[in-house]
Amino acid sequence: MADIKLTDLTKSYGPTEVLHHIEGDINDGEFIVIVGPSGCGKSTLLRMVAGLETVSSGEIQIGGKRVNELEPSARDIAMVFQNYALYPHMSVRENMAYGLKIRKLSKAEINRRVEEAADILEIREYLDRKPRQLSGGQRQRVAMGRAIVRDPQVFLFDEPLSNLDAKLRVQMRLEIRKLQQRLGVTSIYVTHDQVEAMTLGDRLMVLNGGYVEQFGTPIELYDRPASVFVAGFIGSPAMNFVPATSDNGVATLPNDAQVSTSLGGHSGSVLIGLRPEHLIPDDAGAISIDVEMVEQLGANTLLHGTLSGTDHAMVASVAGHVTADGDSQHRFRIAPDLVHLFDLQTEKRLAI
Amino acid sequence: MVENRPLANFITHLVLVLGVIAIALPIWITFVAATHDEIRMAQAPLPLWPGNQLWINLKQTLFGTGLSGTETAPVWLMLFNSLSMALMISLGKIAISLLSAFAIVYFKFPFRMTCFWMIFITLMLPVEVRILPTFEVVANLGMLNSYWGLSIPLIASATATFMFRQVFLTVPDEMLESARIDGAGPMRFFWDILLPLSRTNIAALFVILFIFGWNQYLWPLLITTDTSMTTIVMSIKQMLEAAEQSPQWNIIMTTALLAMIPPIFVVISMQKLFVQGLTETDK
Amino acid sequence: MLKRVHFPSSPLPYLLVAPQLAITLIFFIWPASQAMYQSFLIEDAFGLGSEFVWFENFQVLWEDSHYHAAFWRTAVFSVLVAALSMGFALILAGFAQRVVRGAMFYRTLLIWPYAIAPVLAGALWVFMFNPTLGILTYFLKHLGITWNHYLNGGQAMTLVILAAAWKQVAYNFLFYLAAMQSIPNSVIEAAAIDGAGPGRRFWTIIFPLISPTTFFLLVINMVYAFFETFGIIHAVTQGGPGSSTTILVYKVFNDGFVGLDLGGSAAQSVILMVLVIAMTVVQFRYVERKVEY
Repeated sequence: MADIKLTDLTKSYGPTEVLHHIEGDINDGEFIVIVGPSGCGKSTLLRMVAGLETVSSGEIQIGGKRVNELEPSARDIAMVFQNYALYPHMSVRENMAYGLKIRKLSKAEINRRVEEAADILEIREYLDRKPRQLSGGQRQRVAMGRAIVRDPQVFLFDEPLSNLDAKLRVQMRLEIRKLQQRLGVTSIYVTHDQVEAMTLGDRLMVLNGGYVEQFGTPIELYDRPASVFVAGFIGSPAMNFVPATSDNGVATLPNDAQVSTSLGGHSGSVLIGLRPEHLIPDDAGAISIDVEMVEQLGANTLLHGTLSGTDHAMVASVAGHVTADGDSQHRFRIAPDLVHLFDLQTEKRLAI
Repeated sequence: MVENRPLANFITHLVLVLGVIAIALPIWITFVAATHDEIRMAQAPLPLWPGNQLWINLKQTLFGTGLSGTETAPVWLMLFNSLSMALMISLGKIAISLLSAFAIVYFKFPFRMTCFWMIFITLMLPVEVRILPTFEVVANLGMLNSYWGLSIPLIASATATFMFRQVFLTVPDEMLESARIDGAGPMRFFWDILLPLSRTNIAALFVILFIFGWNQYLWPLLITTDTSMTTIVMSIKQMLEAAEQSPQWNIIMTTALLAMIPPIFVVISMQKLFVQGLTETDK
Repeated sequence: MLKRVHFPSSPLPYLLVAPQLAITLIFFIWPASQAMYQSFLIEDAFGLGSEFVWFENFQVLWEDSHYHAAFWRTAVFSVLVAALSMGFALILAGFAQRVVRGAMFYRTLLIWPYAIAPVLAGALWVFMFNPTLGILTYFLKHLGITWNHYLNGGQAMTLVILAAAWKQVAYNFLFYLAAMQSIPNSVIEAAAIDGAGPGRRFWTIIFPLISPTTFFLLVINMVYAFFETFGIIHAVTQGGPGSSTTILVYKVFNDGFVGLDLGGSAAQSVILMVLVIAMTVVQFRYVERKVEY
């Protein structure tokens, strides 16, 4: 087990830089999720830690030791691939034992470790089967088993659940979390799924276009998103954004409605962010939405429409059942400290 | 089939049966000729049904003097020579093609593309267009009348290299990444992962190459002058020449039968691999 | 072309390609360049010295009526071999793919000749057409035809074409059958619903859909007829009677090894090389086209 330190890490393919000056300290035993849209460089970053991609500049330390030049096998890591990458011609047992055999462990030790891992993952009865005889979920377990037997300092997961169906994905997500807590191994997990990221990670690193947008706990990301990108990425349904002018704690929306904010002593054009679940129905509220469509989800109801008098799309999430037909106007209020304000140009959060 | 009319079915099978007969006729006639004695085979019309001399003919062909009035190696030795040549060519081609395809796909090294094009160019130089100079090279290297001379000049093969390259390219990248994390070096990866993953392709290619090697004609004809190096396929020509003087069709056709049984056996018994090999190498 | 990840650079890849490169250099590239060099030389009558003559050997061939005749003979020979074996294979495959359950059974019975060496195919057919004993000669006599390919050039050519085409039917059949079986059933069924009968479906749906295979096989069969039929001709007719079955590849061999005209033979080799390269390029163009599907 070890901590990981990324210092000023850069990756370029020829003249194009795809990862820009990544910084990050990962503590011993921590579960870190790297999340972002496809093409943001999250897999590349993971593969650099694994040693499958070279480092263009900067430094990676695992357990206080620089590993930039080390072969993947010398970094004491284990990786679970998106397509599992099980060796199709080997049985489950041989798959799990292969790395240990190369490391010349004794037969007894290999057997002990394989069977221990098989018990943890409940795949003991499949040990002598070939990967093609297993279901998707079982293959996923074998891939994790192959990582566990190596008893590594770091687990790396590259979108390991994306080939599973939705139900299995939820189940495996919980299992991965439990397993990691039980083994206490430092883990880095890459995904594009924000729900997966929020539920799994101790901390999330949000990547966008090769830059770290924010690195923090799920709650920090939800409560105090550092940028419009993070604010829009985390939370479902996504945050509503409306341009506004802010003047000392009051924001004026395009339809002249006025909303109190907690940002005093600031004036100028801003982007205002309102989470759908923070809009409270109130006939005297300042925010008026022309509802066009209603989605009944059972526990709550989503009202889709536009900010009255404008064509800015708005969604409100209201607890319980709300009956509303299309083409009706609804009014909402929002607590001042739940209004997020972002700079219109830099799209960064305006400090509150 | 969309329709299921009895007449259409009947015509279909009729055409196919006639086709099979047309294709099989020369082989049948050969077989029949190998089952009669010399006297019967000298009288027109020749028989269309098998006789009872097959074992006698086989014995005389394999271990006897063979065709009377000629100086040739015993047929069992020819069969052995053919087998050695076919195995050396097929296994040699597979071995060197596997290695070079592995290098070209899994390594990045200076002159990689040069190597690729040099191998590619062999596709355009069949032995027939470079007979004389290749013969000279083999003669200068002292490889005439040897198994090495029979097989090595035919061993380099662009098709086999291309096929393995194709196979390796379909192996997921994660296989290599996973092996590297497991600590496997290049040769270990080659032996433990790549070879087992390509084994059906290797077997399929072997079927094709074995037939290719067994059926070589011009090359053995040129570089063997010693009768003890004769292969069975090239001996047919000498027999046909001898037939013009003293027709012993029973022996000639028994020899022909022996020459085609091994490759036919390989094709029929490994039909699935054979079809796979054929369609893959020629893609 | 190359994997996204590869092994770190080391001398290993050079060792791996070394065997194949060595053999390619020694037995392919060096002899081929020798052939090219020799095609510019004329040896004197005693074989003692040689003179560099640029394109004189080619010029001689250009003006040689025997070479012209061999060239056209080869063209006719290969077109007939290709047409005959592909036509026969197409008919058989067309019927075989109609048989759902028996297709594999018929395939087993039809692929044998692929395994037979061209020279053996020649031996089998020359036996059936033996002027005094051959079974087919016997039947032909009843039809009033006297067969003797030792004397009749046309008959010798027919014999060689039949033997060469017979051996290749198996190969063509396999490719045609595979191509037809890869056509989705729904396309055929749609045509049937549109009212097309079996024959019409074959010519308007199946045949156009397998046209890439036809083109590919055409090239393969031409190459086969150009080079691999050497064994048949060498064993059966020795290019005769006269030179009625002397095709280009046989002429290269005969002029070089028997006639010892090294320069002339080398020049012919170079021309053959150009032809193979042209056919290979055509074949690769086909592969590229196939990828676009």
